Amino acid sequence: MATPLLSVRDLVVEFPTRRGVLRALDKISFDIAEGEVLGMVGESGAGKSLTGAAIIGLLEPPGRIAGGEIWLRGERIDNLPREKMRRIRGRRIGMVFQDPLTSLNPLYTVAQQLIETIRTHIDVSEKEARKRAVALLDRVGIPAAGRRIDDYPHHFSGGMRQRVVIALALAAEPELVIADEPTTALDVSVQAQIIDVLKEICAERGASVMLITHDMGVIAETADRVAVLYAGRLAEIGPVRDVIQAAEHPYTVGLMGSIPTLTQTAERLTQIPGAMPRLNAIPTGCAFNPRCTRVMDRCRVDRPDPAERPGGRQVACWLYDNAMESADE
Amino acid sequence: MSDVLLSVKGLTRRFDVSKPWLNRVIEREDKQFLTANEDVSFEIRKGETFALVGESGSGKSTIAKMIVGLLEPSAGEIRFDGQVMDFNSGAAMRKLRRRFQMIFQDPFASLNPRWRVGDIIAEPIHTFGLLTGAAVRQEVGRLLDLVGLSAADAARFPHEFSGGQRQRIAIARALSSRPEFIVCDEPTSALDVSVQAQILNLMRDLQDEFGLTYLLISHDLSVVRHMANRIGVLYLGRLVEIADSKRLFVEPQHPYTRMLLDAVPDLALSGRRRTPVTGEIPNPINPPPGCAFHPRCPHVMDICRQIVPPPVTTVSGEAACHLLTEDEKRRASEPVA
Amino acid sequence: MADFTPENRPNALARAWDSDIAYSFRRSPLAIIAALVSLIIILAAVLAPWLAPHDPFNPASLNLMDGFTPPMEPNAFTGNVYWLGTDNQGRDVFSTILYGARISLFVGFMAVLFAMVLGITLGLIAGYRGGWVDSLLMRVADVQLTFPSILLALLIFGVARGFIPPAYREAMAIWVLIVAIGLSDWVQYARVVRGATMVEKNKEYVQAARVIGAHPAKILLRHILPNVMGPVLVIATIGLALAIIAEATLSFLGVGVPPTQPSLGTLIRIGQGFLFSGEWWILLFPSITLLALALSVNLLGDWLRDALNPRLR
Repeated sequence: MATPLLSVRDLVVEFPTRRGVLRALDKISFDIAEGEVLGMVGESGAGKSLTGAAIIGLLEPPGRIAGGEIWLRGERIDNLPREKMRRIRGRRIGMVFQDPLTSLNPLYTVAQQLIETIRTHIDVSEKEARKRAVALLDRVGIPAAGRRIDDYPHHFSGGMRQRVVIALALAAEPELVIADEPTTALDVSVQAQIIDVLKEICAERGASVMLITHDMGVIAETADRVAVLYAGRLAEIGPVRDVIQAAEHPYTVGLMGSIPTLTQTAERLTQIPGAMPRLNAIPTGCAFNPRCTRVMDRCRVDRPDPAERPGGRQVACWLYDNAMESADE
Repeated sequence: MSDVLLSVKGLTRRFDVSKPWLNRVIEREDKQFLTANEDVSFEIRKGETFALVGESGSGKSTIAKMIVGLLEPSAGEIRFDGQVMDFNSGAAMRKLRRRFQMIFQDPFASLNPRWRVGDIIAEPIHTFGLLTGAAVRQEVGRLLDLVGLSAADAARFPHEFSGGQRQRIAIARALSSRPEFIVCDEPTSALDVSVQAQILNLMRDLQDEFGLTYLLISHDLSVVRHMANRIGVLYLGRLVEIADSKRLFVEPQHPYTRMLLDAVPDLALSGRRRTPVTGEIPNPINPPPGCAFHPRCPHVMDICRQIVPPPVTTVSGEAACHLLTEDEKRRASEPVA
Repeated sequence: MADFTPENRPNALARAWDSDIAYSFRRSPLAIIAALVSLIIILAAVLAPWLAPHDPFNPASLNLMDGFTPPMEPNAFTGNVYWLGTDNQGRDVFSTILYGARISLFVGFMAVLFAMVLGITLGLIAGYRGGWVDSLLMRVADVQLTFPSILLALLIFGVARGFIPPAYREAMAIWVLIVAIGLSDWVQYARVVRGATMVEKNKEYVQAARVIGAHPAKILLRHILPNVMGPVLVIATIGLALAIIAEATLSFLGVGVPPTQPSLGTLIRIGQGFLFSGEWWILLFPSITLLALALSVNLLGDWLRDALNPRLR
């Protein structure tokens, strides 16, 4: 198998607090292949945004990577000096955040920001950079890009701003784009357009995407594979269609059942009892065990690690323990 | 009709968004108004869930606020159980107020952080003077139990609870005055999906148990479809379509409704064909003339750019679109054979 | 109101010790020192009648022969030894400081209380009502801010003295001083409370109270007020230091409390006359006390501001 573009191995992120160390990410492992869109879902506090922040080296102190490795195309990047990491951010990994206003500097025109980004990372003339910038804006669907490029961010609507941010993220032709809730602040009708743009333009340029969102619908529309996080741990990862239509981890099953859709007919939604534990109160064994409908004794004691399943899936659940299945035979 | 609990007629709300007087004089600008709602009319029947959907700028929350008296309408009339709601007449309103309640979007902001949960829930009881002394305590315990918490939680503060639990507290508080009608303004949009399911189920159970009538405000079509009997679709402050919930999703009448449905991500991976969505919502300070949707409408005609379409009756309810008006005219002019 | 306070909750001290504020306090040596110094001075001032070795204001107990005794040295005539020496009238400097601090603190606390009550009330009304009430109150505040507050206090003090019959002037002086300092200081409370009120009144818990038709006064006092008190406490702490200094300044200028009830400021005014004749202690010790008091209260205020602002943590 070829080396994946991004490989995360046993990533642990911790926050020291006055009442002890909180483990916000606990041994997360996944790969993103060349050109792949990996969706990352989970409820708030599950650690999906933290995973993104850890990869690009932007964890907010006192959060720190306390274990594991992150590899970008065979090069280890989790222990790089600040300056080197900064070169990778922007050049090799582009970022799109939820609020477009945090990614755009209100004091500079879109042209200035795009051209600066392009020229920081690629050796081209000012004129060439501007040409590229206009083409890029045009590509992300800004009407009259040649004229609007000299506008300031506040001249654009929310949806248009997010298009500009996507252009900015892709300006230096990165290999990976990390999009953290890129459509959460937008209206549905605008969200659909932004997802399309992001998907198309990344496919065109062969950039991989890590799409972080709480919205399973967005994942279904966009991603090739999906990783489901629960309480800082990976519950399940696999091809989108498989996970959505035939989830294996009881948490994913509950999650899918709890989403009202435009086609479902059930009078009541499936509900998972309780709430995700706080980081300072994660139960021993499987983190999901107090809410799980199929809990076994073992789940309360031993923590299941993600195990390979047919079809390139991994599920962290004792229900699918190979050792036990083979012992039964 | 006797089974109508709430009726809204010609509701309009304008906000003055002008610059301060001195700026206006110096910069020679006129006063500017933002029309949040224009001529909105609908009726909610007893025991049903009526939903208002719309994107930002549609004025759905403004309607909710006017109904519960947080905002005064610029024009129009709201009737609750046949009585005109006049929020300036204290005595008459006191009686009416007990009968409706509101649940808010953000459970982190809707509970006073310095109050104990018990006091928060008991506030309507005290304000309306429904119970006194030990009975209050007992009632609060019963309400907490009803929403899936325990009576002992009354002694705790809101920050000790998760988002979903806080929304349960907000619901218990809303129920404490024993209302008939509850306005739910995006009750689950701040919650995670698995928690959203708990809250939506709870809301349904309570509706069945107490025969509550809901006005549900939401931007999420799937939630609305799951909860509502009838749905009103808002675009830039006007109702473009009102329809029976089941049928709205099968045969949307207004082009905007159709577009909205197409924009919802397809979770079922059914691969249903969809028209790509185009354009963005215009600035409500300066809305397009005629039908506000005309710049984005795939079926736009000349008349749409000039005249606001009146609502006409459709198979599933009513809708305001010139296409439908034309249809109706054609049908009317056809000679009866 | 039904009381939902739990019956068997952990005792208040244990809960306070465990709170975030207490934790932040325990980890800040500067705050601990500042608190200790303030506490010592405040206690000493409150307990002055029991702590002071002499009653400096009882002429019967004074001996003019004791005048100008240097610290820790026996008096040339009487042989009496005083810790911090004596002033020209033979008053024990240590005792005058204790009694002086008492007056300074009293004036400071009362002035802050007055400014706080006035500022909070006006701020709540301006922030909640908005419109012309808000415009009017804030313009008054703006105008007041264009005068230095000490000048304003002088003005108020002067005007008030004009109204009060001479017989009562002496007795009323301290209250006039409190009102003068308080009136010159309400603006910052009003501004902060108004800003916070405007934020709070749009929060959904306030709207929830309005939906059920709760009385505006009840909304202001029971809902909004408790939620805007955090920043007010910070200003009040720093304001206490400023009020003590303002009082000292006014007394130093000779318009404050009468010399029969000298505050720290009055003591400094008296002392500065002897600096160049060599009796340095009469000036130095009251000055150090004032400095220590104002500085430590100020440091406490700074710490409190940081501790209450989660963004700085």
